[in-house]
Amino acid sequence: MSNKYIWATGVILLLVIAMMACQKMLPRAPADDRLLDGPVAELSTEQHIQFLRGDVAFNDEVFTAETGLGPLFIATSCGSCHAGDGKGHPFTTLTRFGQPDTLGNRFLQRGGPQLQHRALPGFLPEQLPAGATFSRFMPPANTGLGFLDAVPDAELLKHADPDDADGDGISGRPNWIPLPGYGSLRPDAIQRNGRYIGRFGKKAAVYDLLQQTASAYNQDMGITSAYEPHDTYSGQAIDPEIGTSKVLDVVFYLKTLKAPLQRNAENPEVKAGRQLFLELRCSSCHVPELKTGYSPVAALSFKVFYPYTDLLLHDMGPELNDGYTEGTALPEEWRTPPLWGLGLSMNAQGGKYFLMHDGRAGSIREAILMHGGEAQQSRNRFRQLTEPEQQQLLWFLESL
Amino acid sequence: MKRFFLLSMLLAIAGIAAAQRDTALFKRIVPDSGRLHMNMDAVYNRPFVQAGKLPATLGGYVEANSAYFSENGVSEGLSFQLPRLTLFVASTIRQRIKFLSEIELEEGGREINIEFASVDVELDPLLNFRGGIIMNPIGAFNQNHDGPKWEFISRPVAATTIIPATWSTVGFGVFGKYAQDNWVWAYEAYLSNGFDDKIINNNQNRTWMPASKTNAERFEESFNGAPLITLKGAVRHRRFGEVGISWMGGVYNKYREDGIDLDQKRRVDFLALDYNTRLSKWNTAITGEWVWAFIGVPPTYTQQYGRRQQGGFIDLVQPVIQQPMLGWNQATINVALRGEYADYNVGRFIETGGNIYDQVTAIVPGISFRPSGQTVLRANYRYAWHRDLLGNPAKKIAGFQFGISTYF
Ligand code: HEC
Ligand code: HEC
Repeated sequence: MSNKYIWATGVILLLVIAMMACQKMLPRAPADDRLLDGPVAELSTEQHIQFLRGDVAFNDEVFTAETGLGPLFIATSCGSCHAGDGKGHPFTTLTRFGQPDTLGNRFLQRGGPQLQHRALPGFLPEQLPAGATFSRFMPPANTGLGFLDAVPDAELLKHADPDDADGDGISGRPNWIPLPGYGSLRPDAIQRNGRYIGRFGKKAAVYDLLQQTASAYNQDMGITSAYEPHDTYSGQAIDPEIGTSKVLDVVFYLKTLKAPLQRNAENPEVKAGRQLFLELRCSSCHVPELKTGYSPVAALSFKVFYPYTDLLLHDMGPELNDGYTEGTALPEEWRTPPLWGLGLSMNAQGGKYFLMHDGRAGSIREAILMHGGEAQQSRNRFRQLTEPEQQQLLWFLESL
Repeated sequence: MKRFFLLSMLLAIAGIAAAQRDTALFKRIVPDSGRLHMNMDAVYNRPFVQAGKLPATLGGYVEANSAYFSENGVSEGLSFQLPRLTLFVASTIRQRIKFLSEIELEEGGREINIEFASVDVELDPLLNFRGGIIMNPIGAFNQNHDGPKWEFISRPVAATTIIPATWSTVGFGVFGKYAQDNWVWAYEAYLSNGFDDKIINNNQNRTWMPASKTNAERFEESFNGAPLITLKGAVRHRRFGEVGISWMGGVYNKYREDGIDLDQKRRVDFLALDYNTRLSKWNTAITGEWVWAFIGVPPTYTQQYGRRQQGGFIDLVQPVIQQPMLGWNQATINVALRGEYADYNVGRFIETGGNIYDQVTAIVPGISFRPSGQTVLRANYRYAWHRDLLGNPAKKIAGFQFGISTYF
C-alpha cells in the first residue's frame, strides 16, 4: 500500500471517530436553571401536547397582512416581544396614554389607551396626541404565570394594608377592576362594588391570562378574536382572525410555563444577601413565598412557590410617576413585579438590563435606587449598607 | 402538464441509462475542461447524454443526504433527505440557436420549479439574446449551483437567503463574451419580472427574499409591472481566476392597482461580488461571494424587517489525494472548509441606538471523495451560531451531514 492510501485510511478513520464522538461535538443544552422557558413538571401527556401547541402559537406564529396583522400593530408575534419568555427591550415596549386620573381615558377616540405606532405599508400609524399623558411598558418575563394566576384572592388580600394600619410605611392594595365580558371567575373570587382583583400587567389592570392574551392579540398585533372582536384601526367588530382554541392553547402555555429556578442558593454570600433582603423590608412588597389554591392543572394545585411579589399596587413616589392612570391604579402606583428570573433578564434583553416598568434602570442597583414612595425607607437603608453588603444583596437578586 | 413533461423526461433518461451499454447509440458529452469557463457558462457546462441523432441532449443531477443536528442540546434525531432532483434538456435548434431547460424537484417532489427554460440566439459571440425563464446573474452561486460541483451539503446561507438562490424569473436580455490571450471578459444584462411584497410580509419575521420565490405568479405576470434589472460583469484570467460584480434591482411593492395609487414605489437592490480561483501551486480551489441588499421598507413598518442585509461565504477546497482508487481512474479526496455569515438586519434600533443583530455565522469543515468529477460523496460537520434580533446569547446549531450528489 502506498503512503497515500495510509493517509486516506487515516483521514477516514479520524472521521469515523469524530462521528462517534458526535455527541461531544454537538452544542450542549444550557442548564435548566439558566432557561426561562419550558413547562412545569408533572404535566400529563395531553397537557404537554397542549403546551406544545401553545408554544408554537406563541413563539413561532408570525402574523402577516394576509393572516390579519394590523393594519395597526406594534409587533408581529408574541415571541417578538417575549423572546425566550424573558423580559423585553426598548424596541418592544408598549406606550399607553390618555388617562391622567381615575375619571377615564380622554383619548379613546384618538387611539387610546394603547399606541399602535407601526402600520402596514399604505396605512398611517397612530401618533401620540399632543397633551396626552403616557407611560411606556417594558414586556415582563412570562414565567411561572400559572402559579401567580392560581393564588386565591383571599391570599392576596392578606398582604394588603391599604391604610397602612401597621404603620410601617408600606401599604399595598389591589387594583379593583371591572371584568372583561368573557372568561370565568376564579374559585372564591372576591368582589367589591362589582369589581374584582386584577393581577397581571404593570398596574395589575388585567384579571387573568385569558384577558391578557386576547387583548395582546388585539392591541399589540391587531388580531381580532371572538373575545376581542374590534379591529383597532376601524373600531368595527370584524370576523375573528384567530380561533378560540388557539387563544386557549396560548393561555394554557402561559399557565404552565415553569417557575424560574434559583441558582447558587447555598452560596454563603447569596444567603447573606437574602438575609439583607428581609432586613431591608424589601420582602414586604417582594413577598418571597406564596401559595396557590385549587387548580384544575394538578401541577399548579396547592403549591408553594417563590415569586417575590405580592401582586399589589404600591405608591412608588414622584420619580416613577408618569402621569398615566390605569383602572384605579394611580400614576405613582405600580404593581410589585416578581423578582424570580431577575438574574436571567439580560439573556432576553440583548445583554443589558432594562429594569423597572419602562426599562429606565440599566442595572439592579439603579433599579433599587429608583425606589421611592412606600419603598423609600428600603432604598435609604440600602444606601446605608456597606459596599460588600450591597454586593451580597445584588448577588442574591442575581441568583433569582 | 408539468408532471407529464417530467415523467416523459424521466422515462427518456431511464431509457438512456438502461441502454448505455450500447455505446454506439448513446454519447456522453462531458464538459470540456480545457477552456476558460466562467460562472455564466455553468448552465451549458454540464454533462449531457445524447441519444443517437436525437436533436436533444439530456442530463440532470440528484442529491441525497442524511443529517444529525442538535439545537442547543436538543436533537430531532437522524433524518434523511432528497433535497433535489434536477433534470436538464438541451437542444440545438439551428446553428447558434440553443434551448436549455432545467427543472428541479425539491423535497421529494413537493415543489417543482422550472429553474431555467430559455432560448439563446447567438448573433455574435459578443451579443447573444436570451429569452424565457432565466436565472438572474446575481452573484455566482445563483448561476452555478449544481449540487455535484460543491463539497458542501448545505447551500451557502447568504447565497440562498439574501440572494434567494435559485432565483429565476421570466425575462429576456443579452450577454456576451470576449476572450483575448489569458483573459475573458463577459457581461450579462436582463429585464425580468421581479420580487413581491412577501419579502417584508412573511412568516419568517424578517426581511426574507426567498419568500418571493413562493409566488409562482412571477412566471405569468409581474407583481407590479415594474421590471427587475440584472447586470453582471465578470473577468477571468487563466491564472488569477474570475471576479464578478453584479447588481439586481427593482420595485417590489404593489404601488398601484386599477389605476389607484396605493403606496410609493419601494425598491429592493442587491449588489454582489464573487470570486473564484484555483491556486496553481497547491491546486486549492477558492470560491467566495459577498452580497449587500438594500430594501426600501416603509419607515412606519417595524424594524423587525431589515432595511439592509449582507453576507457571504468563502470555500476552500484542497485536493489531498488524486490518483486511481478502487478502480476509478481520476478519483480525488478533498478536504474542505467553509466560513459563512449572514446579517438579515444591518442597522441600529431607533429606541436605543444599539445594534440590530439577527445574524447567522457558521463554519463547515468537510471531506469529500470524488470517484470522478461528476460525482461526490461528502461528509460535513456544521456549527452555526444564530443570534436573534436583540443579540441575545446565540442559539447553537451543530451537526453532521453525509451525502452523495451526482450528475447522471
Ligand atoms: C409589542 C410587544 C408585545 C407583544 C407583541 C406581546 N406582548 Fe405581552 N406584554 C408586553 C408588555 C409591554 C407587557 C406589560 C403590559 C402591561 O403591563 O400592561 C406584556 C405583558 C404580558 C403578560 C402579563 C405578564 C405579567 O406578569 O403581568 C402576558 C401574560 C403576556 N404579555 C402575554 C402575551 C401574549 C400571549 C402575546 C401574544 C398574543 C403577547 N403577550 C404579545 C409586550 C408584548
Ligand atoms: C413598597 C414596595 C416595595 C419595596 C419595599 C421594594 N420594592 Fe422593589 N419594586 C417595587 C415596585 C412596585 C417595583 C416596580 C417599579 C416600576 O416598575 O417602575 C419594584 C421594582 C424592583 C426591581 C426591578 C424589577 C424589574 O423587573 O424591573 C428590583 C430589582 C427591586 N424592585 C428590588 C427591590 C429591593 C432590593 C428592595 C429592597 C431594598 C425593594 N425592591 C423594595 C416595590 C417595592
